[in-house]
Amino acid sequence: MKDKQMTKTINGIAAPLPLANVDTDVIMPKRFLITITREGLGDGTFADLRFDTAGGQRQEFVLNKAPWTQASILVVGDNFGCGSSREHAVWGLRQLGIDACIGTSFAGIFYDNARKNGLALPVVSPATRDALLQFANDARAGEILIDLEKRTISAGKLSEPFEMDDATQTSLIRGRDDTLDSLDYAGAIRDFEARLNNEMRIRVFK
Amino acid sequence: MTQPKTLLDKLWASHEVLKRDDGVSLLWVDRHLVHEGSHHAFAKIAARGLGVAAPHLTFAIVDHYAPTRERSRIKDPQIAHMIETLRANAKRHDLKLFDLHDPNQGIVHVVGPEQGLTLPGLLINCGDSHTSTHGAFGALAFGIGATEVAHVLATQTIWQQKPKAMRITVDGSLGAGVTAKDIALTWIARLGTGGAQGHAVEYAGSTIRALSMEARMTLCNLSIEGGARFGMVAPDEITKSYIKGRPYAPKGSNWEKATTAWDALVSDNGATFDIDVHIDASEIAPTVTWGTSPEQAMPVTATLPDLTEQDHQTREALEYMGLKAGQSLAGTPIDQVFIGSCTNGRIEDLRAAASVLKGRRAKVPGLVSPGSQLIKAQAEREGLDKVFIQSGLEWAASGCSMCVGMNGDLVQSGKRCASSTNRNFKGRQGRGARTHLMSPAMVAAAAVTGEIYDVRKLLSEGEI
Repeated sequence: MKDKQMTKTINGIAAPLPLANVDTDVIMPKRFLITITREGLGDGTFADLRFDTAGGQRQEFVLNKAPWTQASILVVGDNFGCGSSREHAVWGLRQLGIDACIGTSFAGIFYDNARKNGLALPVVSPATRDALLQFANDARAGEILIDLEKRTISAGKLSEPFEMDDATQTSLIRGRDDTLDSLDYAGAIRDFEARLNNEMRIRVFK
Repeated sequence: MTQPKTLLDKLWASHEVLKRDDGVSLLWVDRHLVHEGSHHAFAKIAARGLGVAAPHLTFAIVDHYAPTRERSRIKDPQIAHMIETLRANAKRHDLKLFDLHDPNQGIVHVVGPEQGLTLPGLLINCGDSHTSTHGAFGALAFGIGATEVAHVLATQTIWQQKPKAMRITVDGSLGAGVTAKDIALTWIARLGTGGAQGHAVEYAGSTIRALSMEARMTLCNLSIEGGARFGMVAPDEITKSYIKGRPYAPKGSNWEKATTAWDALVSDNGATFDIDVHIDASEIAPTVTWGTSPEQAMPVTATLPDLTEQDHQTREALEYMGLKAGQSLAGTPIDQVFIGSCTNGRIEDLRAAASVLKGRRAKVPGLVSPGSQLIKAQAEREGLDKVFIQSGLEWAASGCSMCVGMNGDLVQSGKRCASSTNRNFKGRQGRGARTHLMSPAMVAAAAVTGEIYDVRKLLSEGEI
């Protein structure tokens, strides 16, 4: 909503998840998609990494270990979020309490889905990511602070810039709603539609 | 003189309603394809009291959860509910629905082109990452998430930042037994699964010009596996002859006008691309994935990565796949095969697989699910169903089926499947399932030998 309080900073414990190419099937296995509501997706997030086939917790998985059970930030490998367009992956991360994933690159559809759900995806250099992974690996390191306005990440003695396009930054800070924005442009859309060139964009001919 | 433009530039400009100060464009959407998974978006517009802005440009298709066997009685109540919800939404908003029992039903990315809904110059959206498929016609087609689907439903537009332009030029002749699937897996293996991230890929070169529409769709479909939301091929005579006469294709004087306009949909000479890649077709071999990402692919003749170059990523993938570093990929025993999907479930794919299977017995069980019910009917007219059944494979109805396993067509844990699909992710075909992606002909070769096998050896035996 447009009048919602602005989110300028995100802080919390960060968990290291260094694998590259973590796809949305891994973030949210398909068996959790067959629900008509969005509730309970937090249980499905990374389900096959968090739980064994009998439903028991895999103790070796980082999010099952203290202090990372409390993590609200993930430091992730390259090309995070590739694969299926399922927005459930983002909803699930949010329901698990994740506010940001810091990485070197994110898949396009996942990136857009994240913005629309208030999940911040700061993009950093490989060197910064590696330094943050090291920081996140230390159980006693403390919290990471992401300043969305200044586009900086602070972790202990580290203070590094991150990249984020202006549109995404604005969306996250102001909680911009695309649909409401577009309804404001209804006139421009109708004008455009009226000017549609039939030769270029054939309507539906039966 | 005006600046030479890329095909992407032309398609983008012709759909741009406006551009915001932050560089994001509002684009007009010509076709919106929805499926069972789109229910969150319908719920979202309903919650706001909004309707569908352009019902005549919105088409609903049952595919992700479509049962491939026993369609008249859906056993799983959750699956039945997903399909019922799509029916209800299509009815409420007066959308054309390709329902389960419609002879035109099939996978959304097969049905769109087959019906002539997919045309050059259009902007096409669908809440599915493989929407890049439609770019094979010179359309601007890309997959979107549920919130974006709701936005398109409500406004018939989408906010999008223009991607950078990338061109992959393939020249020369493909060898016997080498297909569009192998071109795609080759470039993805070379550049990585994030190699085209942030870019729209245009495929060009003599090899691409010689490809059928089916093959071009396979190539554009797999663009997303290399990180590109968009794949495209400029339309030509092959494109026009595929479209002509299809149910929703322009007819009469509209056909003349449309085809004239389509001729302008090319990248101008001298247009520049942010990334330009060249591949020699003669270097491409039948290619197979060995790991859990499409970039973990290699020629069937190659050996798995060596221990000395092994990193954590490789070790983890080999472990999941139950393979050993340094061993040869060919000869790996498989448990089952799957032929189908929006990547390789078209008539040409079925013909290629059937030509290998004809007169042979499959050593392992397998499932064949055509990309649409029309393709199924055509295959049956050609007698391909008999070839599959006589070889020992199961011949089923159309849907996303075992590519994604949502309808219950699953590979069991620990089982190894030679598959004509698009993703070898962990658990993609079922929890613990091991997927090897390859062309339909290579899947057929795996079926008759019971192992990963170079289909060219069967070709050189002169038995096909």
